[in-house]
Amino acid sequence: MLHLQDCTFFTRKEILRLFDRYRDLAPQLVPLDYTDQPDVRLPYELIGSMPELKDNPFRQRIAEVFSEDGEGNMTLDDFLDMFSVLSEMAPRDLKAYYAFKIYDFNNDDFLCKSDLEKTLNKLTRNELTEDEVRMVCEKVIDEADLDNDGRLSLEDFQHMIVRAPDFLSTFHIRI
Amino acid sequence: EEEKVGEEKPEVLSPEELEKLKEEVDERKKLISTLRGKPWPMRKKLLTLRESHEFVEKYEGALGKGKSRKLYAYKVMMLKALMGRPYGSMPRKTVPRADEANAMDFAVLWDFGVITNCLFGYAQYSVLFYGYYNSQRAIGWLKFRMPLSYFLVGVGTVAYSYMVVIRTMARNANEDGGGDNNSFNFSWKMFTSWDYLIGNPETADNKFASITTSFKEAILEEQESRKDDNIHLTRFLRVLANFLVLCCLAGSGYLIYFVVRRSQKFALEGLESHSWWERNEVNMVMSLLGMFCPMLFDVISALENYHPRIALQWQLGRIFALFLGNLYTFIIALMDEINLKREEEEVLKLNMTIWEASLYNGTLGVNSTAPPITVHPADIPRGPCWETMVGQEFVRLIVSDTMTTYITLLIGDFLRAVLVRFLNYCWCWDLEAGFPSYSEFDVSGNVLGLIFNQGMIWMGAFYAPCLPALNVLRLHVSMYLQCWAVMCCNVPQERVFKASGSNNFYMAMLLVILFLSTLPAIYTIVTIPPSFDCGPFSGKSRMFDVIQETLESDFPAWFGKVFSYASNPGLVLPFLLLMVLAIYYLQSTSKSYKQANLELKKKLQTVSRTINKVLTLIQHLLYSLCGTCTDIVCSPESKKKGGEHRAHQGKSNHQIPPSATSPPAPRGHRIPGPLPGNQWQPAPSVQRVPNSQRH
Repeated sequence: MLHLQDCTFFTRKEILRLFDRYRDLAPQLVPLDYTDQPDVRLPYELIGSMPELKDNPFRQRIAEVFSEDGEGNMTLDDFLDMFSVLSEMAPRDLKAYYAFKIYDFNNDDFLCKSDLEKTLNKLTRNELTEDEVRMVCEKVIDEADLDNDGRLSLEDFQHMIVRAPDFLSTFHIRI
Repeated sequence: EEEKVGEEKPEVLSPEELEKLKEEVDERKKLISTLRGKPWPMRKKLLTLRESHEFVEKYEGALGKGKSRKLYAYKVMMLKALMGRPYGSMPRKTVPRADEANAMDFAVLWDFGVITNCLFGYAQYSVLFYGYYNSQRAIGWLKFRMPLSYFLVGVGTVAYSYMVVIRTMARNANEDGGGDNNSFNFSWKMFTSWDYLIGNPETADNKFASITTSFKEAILEEQESRKDDNIHLTRFLRVLANFLVLCCLAGSGYLIYFVVRRSQKFALEGLESHSWWERNEVNMVMSLLGMFCPMLFDVISALENYHPRIALQWQLGRIFALFLGNLYTFIIALMDEINLKREEEEVLKLNMTIWEASLYNGTLGVNSTAPPITVHPADIPRGPCWETMVGQEFVRLIVSDTMTTYITLLIGDFLRAVLVRFLNYCWCWDLEAGFPSYSEFDVSGNVLGLIFNQGMIWMGAFYAPCLPALNVLRLHVSMYLQCWAVMCCNVPQERVFKASGSNNFYMAMLLVILFLSTLPAIYTIVTIPPSFDCGPFSGKSRMFDVIQETLESDFPAWFGKVFSYASNPGLVLPFLLLMVLAIYYLQSTSKSYKQANLELKKKLQTVSRTINKVLTLIQHLLYSLCGTCTDIVCSPESKKKGGEHRAHQGKSNHQIPPSATSPPAPRGHRIPGPLPGNQWQPAPSVQRVPNSQRH
């Protein structure tokens, strides 16, 4: 427990509360006793159906980024880590790092055009025309790409996002 | 696993090794406390934590039991306090909802006449106004210097206001990274518009819709700006618009002047013979102008076809000019009235001597031991107190301004919302979507209103000392009323454009208003002699004579001499010159610092990028050299792509975690991206060999 407190931004009480939430998702799978560190993994479908995440268009990516196996199946540690980073207490740089990973759909450490297009389509539920999507992605690369390689690296992304006034308030989940 | 460097017997260690060990232990402790902020997967964090704890506990004893434990506790607490503090946490402000409209407005409107009578009748002689204060130099057993304190409080408030405004501006300037809030428009829309707190499908739907609309608008605007317009037509239209605006301003200035002249005529004829409107004409006209002219400016600005932010700045500038013009016309009219009152005073003084003579004439005889005449204080004719009149005018202005605001709010927002909501059922077109729809909450207009309200308070506070208190009351009421109105009848602005990159735009406006409002007050203090029988400065030839008096009577003689030397123009002018030069010097150095700062930032970026490239090269080399090493490195433990700056196992300095989902071969022929680990330390630390590798 002490270890978890050092590794997340949560207090002991909050960790216990989160453990209860985790357990409530699948009481039959999750044992009450975690002292022997059982290897329990909740499938993505259960995580994605949580009220905090179910309306989020990026829930699958969030689960994938924070899960150990990269598929969205989360252990308790992953679960805590995810909500710790998305909590109010996490610093801006940490959030920016994970935001970058979330929006990087193909996991190549760059936000290339296809990543941006996917992000935009998820944001607008495919309501924009192809031309409009293309234009927006070009503008984004135009604005944020500092090293001129046609895609956004982590530095480009961080440089842009730390100046955003809304970033901390929108990239935040309260649980 | 850590190398155990024979630290079993601490007494064998040399001082340097002991020192190094201490350093390592401190580093580990620091790592533990900053662990939660590292972008590592949980498993790695837990492992690191366990190892660091073991290391620290093991070697802490070697450094001195007990003492280090305490130090550790303190250090951890300190570090926790320093680094655990929420970074950029957003305060949660929830707006309290007032349940119903403040019905006070109607009643006051109805009884406006009664209130004004009360205020300007009885209250005239109350503490609210200048006229109440006695000119006695020292009051009570504490010998409180009342006139001096009145003067100093007046001057002090202004000085304090200047200080506060400028300090806030300086603070804002420091926090502002360099207003580039237009340079990442699309990027921010894409990455920060979705609110992760949304947990409700309806809200989510609304959010998707608003994001889509916002993107479409931005796309349209981008396309517009790329078009090459007919520049001559645009220029002509802009000139025309400015001309129209100037006509408006001139017209409003003349209207106020005309109305003030008329009210002076009415005053001469006696106020009772006129209707309520005629009595309060000046204030009503000013308030109405303040309400309708900005709308007119808004319509005219449609001709100009500017970018919305530029248009907003023009609009704010014009409203500023309008208010300023109105206020100064008002002040000039007030000056005329002051002069009138002073003439009256002269006449009264003359009459008083005659009256006094008549009083004594009846009873005075040769016998000089006649009893003193007792005259009831209320019977003595009082001089017209121009200062109280000024104070009253300001109070009247503020009250009418408040009334206008509340009425506009109720009619313009509330009534409109009610009509749109209920008439929508039986109207031919959609009232909610088209005209008139719900009113938007105009942030910049409201801020401007607050600034001008404050300017009026600054102007009138010297003559009506309770004005700030009244204003505080009014602001509280306004806040609750407007909170309710916003929740109940307003929709958010479609485009949220800030007038400038930082809050300093409004603070600069506040500073200008402060300067312009205190100017008339200072002018009257310095030029016009105070009334002869009312107020704390009565009888003196100038208000600031009270300072002279205090210096002469309350301070030792040498102080007065020093002061007179110090206020010699021969000394003051060179001092002013020196200050101007100092300002110039500071300005130029600050510019050069900003420049240097920018260049350093750029250098830092290029340096870190170069280092990244070098590191990737080294990784490539390692791959090609030790094929077996990568097999160890690509163990199941490090499947995640967390950046690492320490190796837990293996001999390589940096682990290359391959992505879990990408297909390439474990040898990793793909080019690894920049190591996020580098983000968390300054570049030089990368050269530091990880602790576990030290021999």
